[in-house]
Amino acid sequence: MAKLILSMDGLVLKEIPLTKERTTIGRKPHNDIQIDNLAVSGEHAVIVTILNDSFLEDLGSTNGTVVNGNPIKKHFLQNNDVVELGKYKLKFIGEAAAAGTGGGEKADFEKTMVLRPSQIKAAAEQIKTAGGGAQAAVAQRQAAVQQAAASAAATGIADKDAAKPSPAAPAKSTDTAPAVKPADLTQPAPAAAPKAAPAASPAATPAGRPGQPLGAIQLLSGGNAGKELELTKPLTTLGKPGVQVAVLTRRPAGYFITHVEGANRPTVNGQQIGAAPHALKDHDVIELAGVKMEFFLKA
Amino acid sequence: MDLSQNLEIATCTDPGMVRSHNEDSIAADPVNGLVVLADGMGGYNAGEVASGMATTVIVTEMRQILANAKPYDVEGAKNEELAARMVRDQVLKANSSIYQAAQTQSQYAGMGTTLVVCLFYDNRMLVAHLGDSRLYMLRDENFSQVTRDHSLLQEQIDSGIITPEQAKKAQHKNLVTKALGIDPTVEPEIHEYPTKSGDIYLLCSDGLCDMVEDEDIAMTLQTLGKGNLKLAAQHLVQMANDNGGRDNVSVILVRVLREYPGRRGVMGKVFGWLK
Repeated sequence: MAKLILSMDGLVLKEIPLTKERTTIGRKPHNDIQIDNLAVSGEHAVIVTILNDSFLEDLGSTNGTVVNGNPIKKHFLQNNDVVELGKYKLKFIGEAAAAGTGGGEKADFEKTMVLRPSQIKAAAEQIKTAGGGAQAAVAQRQAAVQQAAASAAATGIADKDAAKPSPAAPAKSTDTAPAVKPADLTQPAPAAAPKAAPAASPAATPAGRPGQPLGAIQLLSGGNAGKELELTKPLTTLGKPGVQVAVLTRRPAGYFITHVEGANRPTVNGQQIGAAPHALKDHDVIELAGVKMEFFLKA
Repeated sequence: MDLSQNLEIATCTDPGMVRSHNEDSIAADPVNGLVVLADGMGGYNAGEVASGMATTVIVTEMRQILANAKPYDVEGAKNEELAARMVRDQVLKANSSIYQAAQTQSQYAGMGTTLVVCLFYDNRMLVAHLGDSRLYMLRDENFSQVTRDHSLLQEQIDSGIITPEQAKKAQHKNLVTKALGIDPTVEPEIHEYPTKSGDIYLLCSDGLCDMVEDEDIAMTLQTLGKGNLKLAAQHLVQMANDNGGRDNVSVILVRVLREYPGRRGVMGKVFGWLK
């Protein structure tokens, strides 16, 4: 699906998919794309989308509509056209390009395909005969990619059911030999990082998203009662190796506790958890290897 | 020799968050120390047919062969160990089965699959691969990629056209330059490495390494691998899905629990008892 990218001073504000046949642009709130700027007329312009083609039409605006630096009345939008409205810019991304660069409709392009050496050569020769002999290998490869994509799409057209369930029979293997890991509740902070991974680097990975509330646990009993441990890493193990170990995982959906090893599973609010990951709520009380601790979310 | 006491194997496979069906196939034969992972491609169901054929053919054929011969047996005339040839022959067998099916049945036209096979024997591991499914290794605290993808992207990185950083954002991650079942014959890349007890080997489809950063994979194996391998496998799949799960995700983890020497002299046996 084609889309518009709204930006001001090089800052991207919004991505707008062109889902409707008519997408209106203007200052007034009833427009599909409202741009609250005095340089924009109340009803400034409209984009009419028919199948894969989009047309931009100026609706008699005071300051006019400019595409790629040229004022227009009516314009057939091409990929990467930039529409200027006062300080705002709308970049048009056509259907094919939108499917290739993002959004949910690129599934086919992501499928694994084979690229044979013969296809690379063929594409390279095509480029040469077309007069692009000086073109770098990059261009040849890109052409090969496109050709391969096209041929794969063609050969991929097959029908009929040949149902064959994939043999997914995971081997059962839960409790194993006790691990020797310095994960001990008496030393919560280093225990979480047995191999000296700096806390900052894992936090920067996708698992630690900004905007997600940071969780922490505070020990309620034992020798270190009162101590607090922030759960910044995607994975934090707690407990005594060989006795009882659980892992706290930080995921987009929140924090979860999962039993790792030991005969007994940890309890949350007095209830023993199952084998599956257990979602943690603010102020849940966990008991693990004889130590009580409270999970809470930091503001 | 039964290796199921020496190796711990955990597997997990999932269609992911976007795809409706799973074109990956995995198989493990703990007794023979064999694991196989394949990521199929082709229209409709053909992808899972190709990957299913690859894992089934290789596991069943290898089982038959290993019943009569040991991978470390030496072939008299060439003075070569059998392992590499055993694996290579079975990969070729799977290749021709898939190729034949694709040629004779129109609904399978163009199907193929990537492949990673690992055979553990005599304190060593032999890996054969095709395409962009990978083998990683965690030894002590070092996590490294063992196989190199047969992909357009890897070729571009090798020839210096793009940097590994650019590769992460590249669009054509999905183009492999070698695969099983596409051509009448194929040459798998085969290497052999010594193993150490405590090593964890990870076989995965591109659904994992495209969605999850290497350091997150490493952290998961380091924190959960020793305590609960099965949970580590599940958590890897979970992370791929949490990050979008754009592709099928499959994971096989193999942990070396203790050494498994193949050939033993008298002294070796004594040491074996003492351990």
